[in-house]
Amino acid sequence: MSSGPPDQIVPLNEANVVVGPDAPAEITVRPRSLIRIVLLENRAAMIGTIILVITTLIAIFAGVLAPHSPTEQIGPVYAPPSSKWWLGLDDGGVDMLSQMIYGARISMIVGFAGAAVAMIIGGGVGIISGYFGGRTDIALMRVTDYFLVIPDVPLMIVFAAVFGRSLLNIIIIIGIIYWTSTARLIRAQVKSVRERVYVKRAQSLGAGHNRLIWKHVMPQVVPLLVANTVLTIATAIFAETYIAFLGLSDPTKSSWGRLIQNSLTGGAIFHNAWWAVVPPGLAVTVVILACTMIGQALEDALNPRLKVGHLSVRRFRVRPFSARLDTR
Amino acid sequence: MSRELLRVEDLHVWFELDGGGELHAVQGISFQLSEGERMGLVGESGCGKTTSILAMMGLLPPNASVSGKVILDGVDMLEKGEETVAPHRWHDIAMIFQGAMNAFNPVKTVGEQIAEPMLLHGTASGKSVASARVRELLELVGISGSRATRYPHEFSGGMRQRAAIAMALACQPKVLLADEPTTALDVMVQAQILELLVSLTRDLGLTMILVTHDLPVVAQVCDRAAVMYAGRIAEEGPTSTLYHDPRHPYTRMLFAATPDLYGDDAVISIPGAPPRLDRELAGCPFQPRCDSAFEPCPTKEPRERSFDGRHRASCHLNEVPTGATAV
Amino acid sequence: MSENGTLLEVSDLVTRYPVARGVIGTIARRPRLQVHAVEGVTFSVGAGEMLALVGESGCGKTTTAQTVMRMVEEDSGQIRFRGRDLTGLSHRDLRPIRREMQIIFQDPYESLDPRFRVRDTVEEPLLIHGGGSAAERTEKITEALVRAGLTPPDLYVNRYPHELSGGQRQRVAIAAALVLEPKLLVADEPVSMLDVSVRAGILSLLDELRKSGLGILMITHDLSTAAHFADRIAVMYLGRIVEEGPAREVVRSPRHPYTKALVSVVPKRDPRDRTVPQILKGETPNPVHVPPGCRFHPRCPIAIDACQGTDPALEPVPGGGAEHRGACIRM
Repeated sequence: MSSGPPDQIVPLNEANVVVGPDAPAEITVRPRSLIRIVLLENRAAMIGTIILVITTLIAIFAGVLAPHSPTEQIGPVYAPPSSKWWLGLDDGGVDMLSQMIYGARISMIVGFAGAAVAMIIGGGVGIISGYFGGRTDIALMRVTDYFLVIPDVPLMIVFAAVFGRSLLNIIIIIGIIYWTSTARLIRAQVKSVRERVYVKRAQSLGAGHNRLIWKHVMPQVVPLLVANTVLTIATAIFAETYIAFLGLSDPTKSSWGRLIQNSLTGGAIFHNAWWAVVPPGLAVTVVILACTMIGQALEDALNPRLKVGHLSVRRFRVRPFSARLDTR
Repeated sequence: MSRELLRVEDLHVWFELDGGGELHAVQGISFQLSEGERMGLVGESGCGKTTSILAMMGLLPPNASVSGKVILDGVDMLEKGEETVAPHRWHDIAMIFQGAMNAFNPVKTVGEQIAEPMLLHGTASGKSVASARVRELLELVGISGSRATRYPHEFSGGMRQRAAIAMALACQPKVLLADEPTTALDVMVQAQILELLVSLTRDLGLTMILVTHDLPVVAQVCDRAAVMYAGRIAEEGPTSTLYHDPRHPYTRMLFAATPDLYGDDAVISIPGAPPRLDRELAGCPFQPRCDSAFEPCPTKEPRERSFDGRHRASCHLNEVPTGATAV
Repeated sequence: MSENGTLLEVSDLVTRYPVARGVIGTIARRPRLQVHAVEGVTFSVGAGEMLALVGESGCGKTTTAQTVMRMVEEDSGQIRFRGRDLTGLSHRDLRPIRREMQIIFQDPYESLDPRFRVRDTVEEPLLIHGGGSAAERTEKITEALVRAGLTPPDLYVNRYPHELSGGQRQRVAIAAALVLEPKLLVADEPVSMLDVSVRAGILSLLDELRKSGLGILMITHDLSTAAHFADRIAVMYLGRIVEEGPAREVVRSPRHPYTKALVSVVPKRDPRDRTVPQILKGETPNPVHVPPGCRFHPRCPIAIDACQGTDPALEPVPGGGAEHRGACIRM
């Protein structure tokens, strides 16, 4: 048998058609590794991935990259950017650039971990609820509704007041607040896959829950979960930012949100110290944008109905009419 | 002998494919329709029949390109693309889409949706005129006029199909293109709808093209039929001639593959599948699956031959004076 | 039908679905409505025989098939498979029987998991029911593919569903149904979503399987297909069988007015055959509100007053064989 690109069949004989009982009319490429293909083809997603990778690398190698200490004063308060300190100094005379680099670490940790917690809780609830249906579904959805209704900011404040302002607590609170939308999305997907004919067939054969969930349902759910998690990372990073801005985060760990808060309490505006305000805000925006671009590209690829190409104004083309003689 | 109303000349449709390259979906079809005629356009999935009528309506997507002429009452609609087709759409030529019964907007009443083309295209001067006309149209298709204020979910499948027909007739077109109008319906409802289409063409002087994969439907409802394969017309002629004296093996084999209620002959499937249309084809497109293929078939494209009674077919067997020897 | 030969015996099967009332319905205490999908159906299928359940949408044929396959719970009635009544059996007791009854679905594009290769789909039943060592499984898979007409099997084993045509996918589904060597095959509209040129191949395959001893219950709305391939036909209307008998006889001399109308309305291949169709008015009523007396009487062209009062049972038709039965007081 001749070989070809891994996911396409090459016709077996010279003729235009693969002959055999009811041979295929169309041969389509299977979206083997959807994630890989999307990220390579979609420019926005590629840019987003590069940004995220760079930020993660900065966070990991902060110790090596930061030029000065992120906690010690090395110069005058609100010293402007110069060749000695590229992003200037903040209200405590601490190097902004170093704080930014170490801040990446905190923001990324909180973002990824918080999203992971949300994904585990939300994914689990969604799968159980969607697969088993009935009373389990109703009960779990009630719980989801309760969590949806709780206002996030007051909950954060109460949580921080009661359990303290540690990093771990922030991760937990983000997970608690943001799992609900994942749960709903996953539940919907699981319910729809559950109804597919091939699942019903496996069930009529006598397949148990284990097999149905792991072999049939999960493969259809995981890509969606991944796409949703990427978007949740964006939300988690933003959540960390405003939690810190509200002063509810660990004051010893200067995340980007903390830096913004510092600039507020330190009166950076009165000192015209834009370098204390803009860089952290910009950094948060860029990272969230990167996550959103990746997440959207994945979601679009998974749900072709989201495409709006058919709404384009462009119309079909007319080629010049060539009055053919009857050559046939 | 009624006058010629619609003439299609050498219609081609290409689709740009995502990875580059083109799909040559319709490869030069030509036919004529006289006023009041009912013609069937028969073929299996992928043969290009739906694409052909979409081209006639100018409803192709942006990645499509066409060439050829679609002459309605002497005017080539396809001359400048959208510009020249748009004025004729719904006024002179209207279409009932595949699955039309499921294409209703669930939050608008059926009456509003039937009135929409009238108001948009200006054939009704105002809402009250449109409402009256809507009731008329509903009665015409066999639905009580008072149902115009109901919503689509209150209609059964058959009734929704009738409403879709009423919508197509809203601007009093001359030509009606029906794409698989009865495919999703029960056989009794199918009979009702087909009877309706036949009486409408008779009473309103409509000309109709019925696109379907169902040969017996065409045999019962249409006077003439064109059998399409791989984007081309394999054979065209009066339906009884196609059944009793086919001149293309595909026509013959397609009939043989269709079980008949009373027929006792064996039902035989056609092996293989239609060719890919994104490549240039050598010879006759049906050759790999044909039971009578012989020497010229794989390499030479067959010429179209005409027979008595507006009957034509493209097959090498028609060239050979004394039968063919299979390869 | 001899005791040894009968595979499936369904007696007085009744299956109903509740219709959701909604909040307002519950508050207003509206009566609980039911969809009378299957209302007392009796038939049998023997080994080496194909019975076609024919009818329009809403007649209950699909629900009957699903109840027989135990995908849906019946309300009352018996389903005897090889002598054993399935209706009382627990999930565990049903397991061994599930090997012997297999189902093929209508949609070839949906009945295969898009992430499973052909090999995985056909192997799954073996994994669920313990099909021996890996080598034994491979052998059975190969056999099943060959039996389903997918030769040479090596060409197909590693393909994904999207690489196959509709006809080939349906054959894969058939192979997956055959791999456990069942005795009864239930085919729910096996060809209605396939191209015409491909249908005959699949139907011939089912015919071959029937000849090799399998019993086949085929659900279809297409009378022509049933007339050609089935041994017997049972015509259903609103949850009941209104006529049944040898396929040729039911189609050539129908006795029930519904069958007569149905037969007259099926389009014929020959354009010169212009028998006047007897088109019934209206559409099949909603199975929630079944008409009293004979369920067909509101649309029946020959209904009389008595038809509103009696619900006729299946009786042998006058002048036909003992096997040919109809449920009409005016036959």
